[in-house]
Amino acid sequence: MEKREVILSTGGLGKYFYDPVKFKVLDDISFEAYKGEFLTLVGKSGSGKSTLLYCLSTMDTAYEGELFIAGEKITGKKTNELSALRNKSIGFIFQFHYLLPEFSCLKNVMLPALKLGKYSYKEVEERAYNKLEVLGIKDQALKPASKLSGGQQQRVSIARALINDPAIIMCDEPTGNLDSKNTQIVFNIFKQIAHDFGQTIIAVTHDNDFAAASDRTIELADGKIISHDKVFDEQNP
Amino acid sequence: MKHNTNVDIAFTHIITRKKQTLVAALGVTLGVGVYLFMNSLSSGFSSFSRDEIFKNSAHIKIYKDEELSKPISSDSSRISVILNPQITTLSKKIINPEALLANVKKQPYVTSAIAQVSFDAFYNRGKAQIKGSGNGVNMTEYDAMFNTGKYMVAGSINALPGNLNGIIIGSGIAEKLSLGLNDNITITSAFGVVKVMKIVGIFTTGNSMNDQQKSYVNISTAQQFVKEGPSFVSTIFVNTPSADKSEKYVSLLQQLTPYTVEDWKTTNADVMSGDKTRSTLMNSISYAILIVAAFGIYNILSSTITQKINDIAILKATGFAGKDVIRIFLLEAIIMGLIGTLMGLVIGSILIGIMSKIYMGGPVGYFPISFETRLFARSFILGLFITFCAGYFPARKAAKVDPVEIFRK
Repeated sequence: MEKREVILSTGGLGKYFYDPVKFKVLDDISFEAYKGEFLTLVGKSGSGKSTLLYCLSTMDTAYEGELFIAGEKITGKKTNELSALRNKSIGFIFQFHYLLPEFSCLKNVMLPALKLGKYSYKEVEERAYNKLEVLGIKDQALKPASKLSGGQQQRVSIARALINDPAIIMCDEPTGNLDSKNTQIVFNIFKQIAHDFGQTIIAVTHDNDFAAASDRTIELADGKIISHDKVFDEQNP
Repeated sequence: MKHNTNVDIAFTHIITRKKQTLVAALGVTLGVGVYLFMNSLSSGFSSFSRDEIFKNSAHIKIYKDEELSKPISSDSSRISVILNPQITTLSKKIINPEALLANVKKQPYVTSAIAQVSFDAFYNRGKAQIKGSGNGVNMTEYDAMFNTGKYMVAGSINALPGNLNGIIIGSGIAEKLSLGLNDNITITSAFGVVKVMKIVGIFTTGNSMNDQQKSYVNISTAQQFVKEGPSFVSTIFVNTPSADKSEKYVSLLQQLTPYTVEDWKTTNADVMSGDKTRSTLMNSISYAILIVAAFGIYNILSSTITQKINDIAILKATGFAGKDVIRIFLLEAIIMGLIGTLMGLVIGSILIGIMSKIYMGGPVGYFPISFETRLFARSFILGLFITFCAGYFPARKAAKVDPVEIFRK
């Protein structure tokens, strides 16, 4: 296998929940994610996969161990630096689409880029149109986000995650709320993002078909990694 | 660009929640409107009562006060003996008043100064007698200071100077004695001097104390009433550029003369404390209303933030920092506050307009209230200040939203 560039890595990541009793939810998690990889995190409910994703996302900072993104140590940075880092390097896609309902789809996509301030308003608008076009919903651009169907909303939120060309895209159950047709669409988009644009996707899912089709799957159980490359039995899913 | 994005979000929230914005703004409108109105009432009435005071008292007066007999020995090591303490002032005369008056007039902070000879007078017609006070003044200068001409209802102040036999009396005296212009009136002074004088003018100030007791004659006539020579002066009135700073001028003037120097605030201590009580009362009520308005904004922003907690979480996830969130919600509060404050100023103006058309009767006439720029500015600043404060706390709460907690639900 050719040597691949590591984009994100963790060293001995651990986390406790204190309510109602002290409970170790993540235990000594160490793994690496590579550039252009479509990585899925699977595990039973309560295995800690979502918790891990939020630690990786830099939004949850109450953990032990270390987190590196693009070779830079993230652990211990200030919240303002983390906000800027998320804005620039990480895109988010959630199960519930979390679009801002008062804004048009286009504006929802544009906001992170306007915040980044790298491009002018006109350029940002153009880029947002392009992303929506890639996702096949350019015609919905000026509608309020709340007027779209679930599948369309999820595509808008994918466009929003992509607008700043982040190195990593993190997804929490991205297809959990979608029918099989829309799931397939989202899946194809993810493949394209990872393989054609070299962006890394880290997705938490409980959908085995979805996980099986990804490049690599990490399985968690009781806060530990039990498999770095889970092999799915096609006959007995 | 970053700033613009926050502004953009804030405006979108405001525009899509017109009703809530309006309700919050109306709270501020009410608060600011009532604040402005009540303070205008209070200020209008205060300046009215101050004008009443300055109708016949100057900013500062200089006179010779009664002196009590001093202890025989003032040395504290010995026994002090006070025998029958009593007023020892023989005459209320100011010695060498021309020099003092000239000296006072020379001071840069004195805008005008005049001398007055006052005496106790009895106004007689036949058997009827009214007790009052006569004032010997240079009417031209006196009018310049107290604007007496404005209150003349018959005759003219210009008829008095040079007419040693002329007198201007209050309308109450004229009415009681049934006298009119150019009638004769007999004046007896406390020193027993009796003169028959000709009424050259009648004034009404609206203050019955003045109207039923006061009269004006020439200084030299007054000096005859008190059996004194032409250098006798009982009081010197001084006006300064600012009535509010009278204390400062009192201490300066006191250095020029051994006589008592007293400002209008001391003379009218009762009126001043009444004014103070009223404005404290008005202020506390209007502040209370403003605080209630502030709670309105606080409430609405708090509930907005609770409803928008998902939006806040996603904004934070996509890279908006805590300070951006604070700015967004604070800006919303300020927009609400600005709308509310401006409407409040309009409402306040309407109330002031209505109030100034209400006739109160008596010497007050129409309610003494006016549009004061100072109060408009203060209401505007206070309105924005309270919305800023009321908006800051919910905004800070929004900034502390933990997106992970929201997404996990």
